[in-house]
Amino acid sequence: MAAFTLRRLLQAIPLTLGITVVLFAVLHLAPGGPEGALMATGRFPDPEVVEAYRQRLGVDRPVPEQYVRWLVAAARGDLGVSYSTARPVSEMILERLPATLQLMGSAFLLAAVLAFLVGTLSAVRPFSWFDHLGTGLSFLGIAMPVFWFALLLQLLFGVWLGWLPLSGTGAAGGASGWARPAHLVLPAAVLSFRYVAAWSRYLRASLMAVLGQDYIRAARAKGLPEWRVVVGHGLRNALIPVVSVMALHLATLFGGAVITETVFAWPGIGRMFVTAMMARDYPLLMGILLLGSVMVVLFNLLADLLYGWLDPRIRHA
Amino acid sequence: MPESYPPAPAPRTLRGSPAPAPRPARFGSRLGRHPVALAALAVLAGLTAACVFGPWLLPLPPDQVQLDAIRAAPSWAHPLGTDDLGRDILARLLHGGRYSILIGVLAALLGTGIGTLVGGVAGYAGGRVDGALMRATDVAYAIPALPLLIVLASFTGASPASLAVIIGLLSWMTTARVVRGEVLALREAPFVLAARGLGARPARVLGRHILPNALGPIVVGGTLAVGNAIVVESSMSFLGLGVQPPTPTWGNMLMDAQASMAAAPWLTIFPGVAILLVVLAVNFLGDGLQDALDPRGRVR
Repeated sequence: MAAFTLRRLLQAIPLTLGITVVLFAVLHLAPGGPEGALMATGRFPDPEVVEAYRQRLGVDRPVPEQYVRWLVAAARGDLGVSYSTARPVSEMILERLPATLQLMGSAFLLAAVLAFLVGTLSAVRPFSWFDHLGTGLSFLGIAMPVFWFALLLQLLFGVWLGWLPLSGTGAAGGASGWARPAHLVLPAAVLSFRYVAAWSRYLRASLMAVLGQDYIRAARAKGLPEWRVVVGHGLRNALIPVVSVMALHLATLFGGAVITETVFAWPGIGRMFVTAMMARDYPLLMGILLLGSVMVVLFNLLADLLYGWLDPRIRHA
Repeated sequence: MPESYPPAPAPRTLRGSPAPAPRPARFGSRLGRHPVALAALAVLAGLTAACVFGPWLLPLPPDQVQLDAIRAAPSWAHPLGTDDLGRDILARLLHGGRYSILIGVLAALLGTGIGTLVGGVAGYAGGRVDGALMRATDVAYAIPALPLLIVLASFTGASPASLAVIIGLLSWMTTARVVRGEVLALREAPFVLAARGLGARPARVLGRHILPNALGPIVVGGTLAVGNAIVVESSMSFLGLGVQPPTPTWGNMLMDAQASMAAAPWLTIFPGVAILLVVLAVNFLGDGLQDALDPRGRVR
């Protein structure tokens, strides 16, 4: 397992480097390059900021050298200075990171739990009314644009029923300890819906295939209770393909967070991204994109390791 | 053609199985047995026709401000109601649908084309070319697509045409992986070896012999890409970072709807229903095509 872990870690390094090359290129695609973009913001920033940028970017140096400088600085956690606030980008990102992790984490957990419940129940009783309902809702969940689902839930639970707060975190009201969780319900539900839809279908298909295997019949013949057959023998094997799908989908979770945070005024990185875009704050945008990409690489690494743990055959392949 | 000729035998590959490329007759009857896919196709055709011809037939242009009908609820005069400026929602929906559908189709065509090229070359060339192209695919996969699209759109200006191109340029990865897999499976097939043995150049072997046999997954992927591109475009426009007003799209209509969500819920409901209908129809059609085009699938 140690060698396997090391191999996967080493594979993640070129991937991360490739990402930095693309992001650096994107930054230089900005009209007039990063410096031109700074001037184009037209907010007459502090001359000191401009000068600091000239030096840091080394605009007169060859582009590969600029890339290496940028990379070295980024590796040290120096992602540059925001055009709009003149504060270090890394500081601004760290400030917002907890809120985003809270949202993404709860959405992920919610999606995983619901998908497992729905997927397992559908696979155990295929073509029952519950299974058909699940299939129908899944088609809906996969086709439903995140932002529209957000608006509908706001309309239903916030405006018409008045059960849940429309947006924000409730921090400003100085309200009780339940304010933040209550504010988290709608965003997390919105962000998780499409993953519940997709993962429950994958799990259903996978578990149905597994439940037809001989070792399941053997487990039943041994006289194991049905729930132990399904959970202990079925789910563990059915999980393997689902885990890799879940990791692939995590790449879109960040994009979903951008939309969800904006609709619900959740003070995370996604909302900061939209504000930064309105202000053409390219260093901040690049910092956020870099963070999002690194998160995806990490999640995939984690999934690979989980995969190796769930299915020992993978490690020796 | 005289009726007395015997029907041509089904073309066979050297493996002895019928040639896997789907033939029109069989494909048609297979899709015909998929009523949901046919209904989806009808919905798509109907919506597209409504968007193309509807704006000419409606009495009101999409940008006609009516101060005496601000936020009017759905009625005979305005079947889907009016917005904050008294503009007719139906007219705006149909007009915006032109852009949404056009962007979806163009982006899907471009993305599927690039993906087929990348996946085909990677799978057929193998070795280092394959490694390099697939690592590039991994990199493109890892960068969150929506934020990157938003940044790129800010460079080019978010006209419908440039949005279609940008979305297309960033939606080739899935197709590339699928096509590569197909090419790898077909690369050593006897009919490919035969073509190669006859002296066909790589481009011809790939373009005339391999890819036509991988058409099923390519078409299915391309179909699903249309729905995906429509959602991406509407998300960007919804955030105010896509197609800019006054050009209506389903996404920026929903952005405008937020302000008067409580007073005029129809503003929030109808554009979303339009997006949902198109994407659902596209997904069902993709499912039906998958069953109809997959040569390995069971014939029902």
